[in-house]
Amino acid sequence: MATGIRDKVAILGMGCSKFGERWDASPEDLMVESYVEAMEDAGIEPNQLDAAWFSHHIDDIGAGKGGTPMSIALRLPNIAVTRVENYCASGSEAFRGAVYAVAAGAADIAIAVGMEKLKDTGFGGLSPTNYGTLTPQIGPSGSAPGNFAQLASAYRAKHGVSAEDLKRAIAHVSVKSHANGAKNPKAHLQKIVTEEQVLNAPMIAEPLGLFDCCGVSDGAAAAIVTTPEIARSLGKDNLISVKALQLSVSNGLENQHNSWDGSYFHTVRIAAKKAYAEAGITKPREQISMMEVHDCFSVTELVTMEDLFISDEGNAVKDVMDGFYDADGKIPCQIDGGLKCFGHPIGASGLRMLYEMYLQLQGKAGARQLNNPSIGLTHNLGGQPANNVCSIAIIGALDA
Amino acid sequence: MSDVGISSIAGYLPRLRLSKKTVTQANAWLAPNLAGKGKGTRTMANWDEDSVTMSVEAIRRILGRDDDRSHVDTLFFASTTMPFADRLNSGIIRAALTLEEETQCIDITSTLKSGTSALIQALDKVKSGKSSHSIVSAADKRKARAASPQELNFGDGSVAISVATENLIAKYINSSSLSIDFIDHFRQPGEEFDYNWEERWIRDEGYLKIVPKAINDLFRKSQIDGSSIDHFILPSVFPKLDQKIAKKCGIDPDKVVNNMGLSVGDTGSAHSLLMLASVLEKAKPGEKILVCSFGGGSDVLLFETTENITNFKPEQTIENLIESGTEENNYMKYLTFNDLIKWERGMRGEQDRKTALTTLYRHNDAIMGLIGGKCSKTGTIQYPASPISVSPNSPDLNTQEPYKFAEKRAKILSWSADYLSFSINPPNHYGVVDFEEGGRIMIDFTDVEKGEIDSGMEVKMVFRVKIVDELRGFTRYFWKAIPV
Repeated sequence: MATGIRDKVAILGMGCSKFGERWDASPEDLMVESYVEAMEDAGIEPNQLDAAWFSHHIDDIGAGKGGTPMSIALRLPNIAVTRVENYCASGSEAFRGAVYAVAAGAADIAIAVGMEKLKDTGFGGLSPTNYGTLTPQIGPSGSAPGNFAQLASAYRAKHGVSAEDLKRAIAHVSVKSHANGAKNPKAHLQKIVTEEQVLNAPMIAEPLGLFDCCGVSDGAAAAIVTTPEIARSLGKDNLISVKALQLSVSNGLENQHNSWDGSYFHTVRIAAKKAYAEAGITKPREQISMMEVHDCFSVTELVTMEDLFISDEGNAVKDVMDGFYDADGKIPCQIDGGLKCFGHPIGASGLRMLYEMYLQLQGKAGARQLNNPSIGLTHNLGGQPANNVCSIAIIGALDA
Repeated sequence: MSDVGISSIAGYLPRLRLSKKTVTQANAWLAPNLAGKGKGTRTMANWDEDSVTMSVEAIRRILGRDDDRSHVDTLFFASTTMPFADRLNSGIIRAALTLEEETQCIDITSTLKSGTSALIQALDKVKSGKSSHSIVSAADKRKARAASPQELNFGDGSVAISVATENLIAKYINSSSLSIDFIDHFRQPGEEFDYNWEERWIRDEGYLKIVPKAINDLFRKSQIDGSSIDHFILPSVFPKLDQKIAKKCGIDPDKVVNNMGLSVGDTGSAHSLLMLASVLEKAKPGEKILVCSFGGGSDVLLFETTENITNFKPEQTIENLIESGTEENNYMKYLTFNDLIKWERGMRGEQDRKTALTTLYRHNDAIMGLIGGKCSKTGTIQYPASPISVSPNSPDLNTQEPYKFAEKRAKILSWSADYLSFSINPPNHYGVVDFEEGGRIMIDFTDVEKGEIDSGMEVKMVFRVKIVDELRGFTRYFWKAIPV
């Protein structure tokens, strides 16, 4: 029986670039920006790094394939660099690799860097991609918003929610994230928006309007991990440790089997249960202090609240409207602005979520600092509702 | 020798009907001479329809929803607008209909009388005993220049006919064909548009001389005269020309069949046979029908309805089809669907759409025929089939048996109307549909407008163009869902 990752690995340092339309910055610039901050925070030298993981989703418009782009950009001392890709959950995948290497004893100190340079495509949103040679021949010619928007129609049909009520609830999700993002100097979007603005924005994919969709951004984030013992030997105290790391991957059931009703994320429920068990959490609604979830679209965040077993099934609309997930609510969600406003440089996003939890747990989150959080959860999703990977991480004070 | 003839017939017309007035008004500044043609409508194919997809749809209407189509041994496809100059177009239709591989598939093209010529071939083949059940389908989606008379004359549509020796609704009596190099219009390979000669010459020297010659030849062979004809079919865009020719051949002008010029337009290769469908759905036993076509000469066929005609009740008659259309008053949409203007497709329209032909062939049944799998152990139905079944907790290896989805009804589970992804008819509708016996597909919807679909709505499958790879000149087909 696996003993799990709980408290075996501590975060030694983290860094995150400014996210946004970084017209000025190359992929290398972005990586360096996050790396320098993380290395300074860790207080180590490059030759103390044993292994590296590099997450990067779209290689043809970013840094290219393989581990070399990171190794060259950061001039790493010829250590192992593994490039990982798992859709939009790639950043969590890099973190998982580094954490597992340390837990296995294969590396004393490991680094994970996630980076995406999306604003070299010439247009808004993500670039269309061919997934193999069969899928384009049988799959719909859709987009990310069109795929995630389908959650809304299925959720409404299942729970009998009116189109207007759901639209208003998902609008509140975005209004809240904009309010949070406005307090984050590294966020891509730092302006507050009103519910009226969100409701009246141009339609992208029914029922998702412009403000229901996250920013498409350039950015990079980095994490350096080690064992609690080594961290202490390096003079660190008040350590933040990894409590759980779970990944659940669709096996085609949602896409091909009638048992899935289209209104929720099958993988999220599986990953969440395993993550809570690994972290020893029995009452997530009481025990979790804060969350960064994969709010690629407002409706994703709304249904995710149920899939993480925070809101009861069918009750997310009420919780959202009650302000349960607002900055002053019981479990603040997207306190850094989320994908919605901090931005979504794909390969970096999972690490960016962890970065915010790490800052909050250390009391270093500035104007958006929460009051004594002890457990933070990140939920990093890749793919689309019918076919996805879900990565959940829980971190907290080592003694929590 | 047993009788040979038609055992079933069905037409297909695209949903949209372009208002001709919309066209003439838009072009009035440029082509005021066309104002007189601004009456009625013409059928307007969706951007994802072509002669192949429309043929598939017409043939499905005569075959019904039965999975077993092994009784069909020959398929003739007639069109002047075949999507491929070199790829067996009737072979695409065969694959979509999941007809047996042994079905002989024949393309007949290059003339507007290709539809009637294909029918003559099928009748002869069945008569000779070399086929027991042949299907003839004719379709055209002809392109015309903006502000041209052809734009207002043409229509898009298809027809399918079952030719057999049993259960005949119309018995074949005889035919006559003339092949004459009379060039009223022409189009070389690679050219988008016809080049047309003067209409008066076509009418006087072409129709009025060639068609009567073919008719009289048939009358002579069959030892009948015009007075015995109950229905006279001759497509033409010239007003009253059909009546003039009828009179010339001793046929009562009242027997002239409406050519649907003000509702459908001239569907080219399909049109004589589409008009035949409109006659057969109303005809009584013992009526003689003369079917004529014009183009590179003329074909004339004579049929007589049988007692079975009283039981011939098509699910959708031509009359129903005409009535059920949706009027389209957006000329720009017509121009865009038919690639007649240069419009801004955005960067998303630049995506490379190369089709892996190896993959297409490896998954030919799944892609072209919408055949999935049914697990022989658990009964789980899935699309596409896979080596290991998707059955939850029962990942059985190599248990998939072919399962046909195309004729099954489904219900919409989830959907969206997407304005972001590239579409020739935005918003791009797609979603997950659950099939009546199980199985699901995330699939494009077509022939729907914004606000017309919702979860729980019943849909059926249609075979359509998925994408056109303009870089390589390849049309990729797949199935889409439309509301029932």
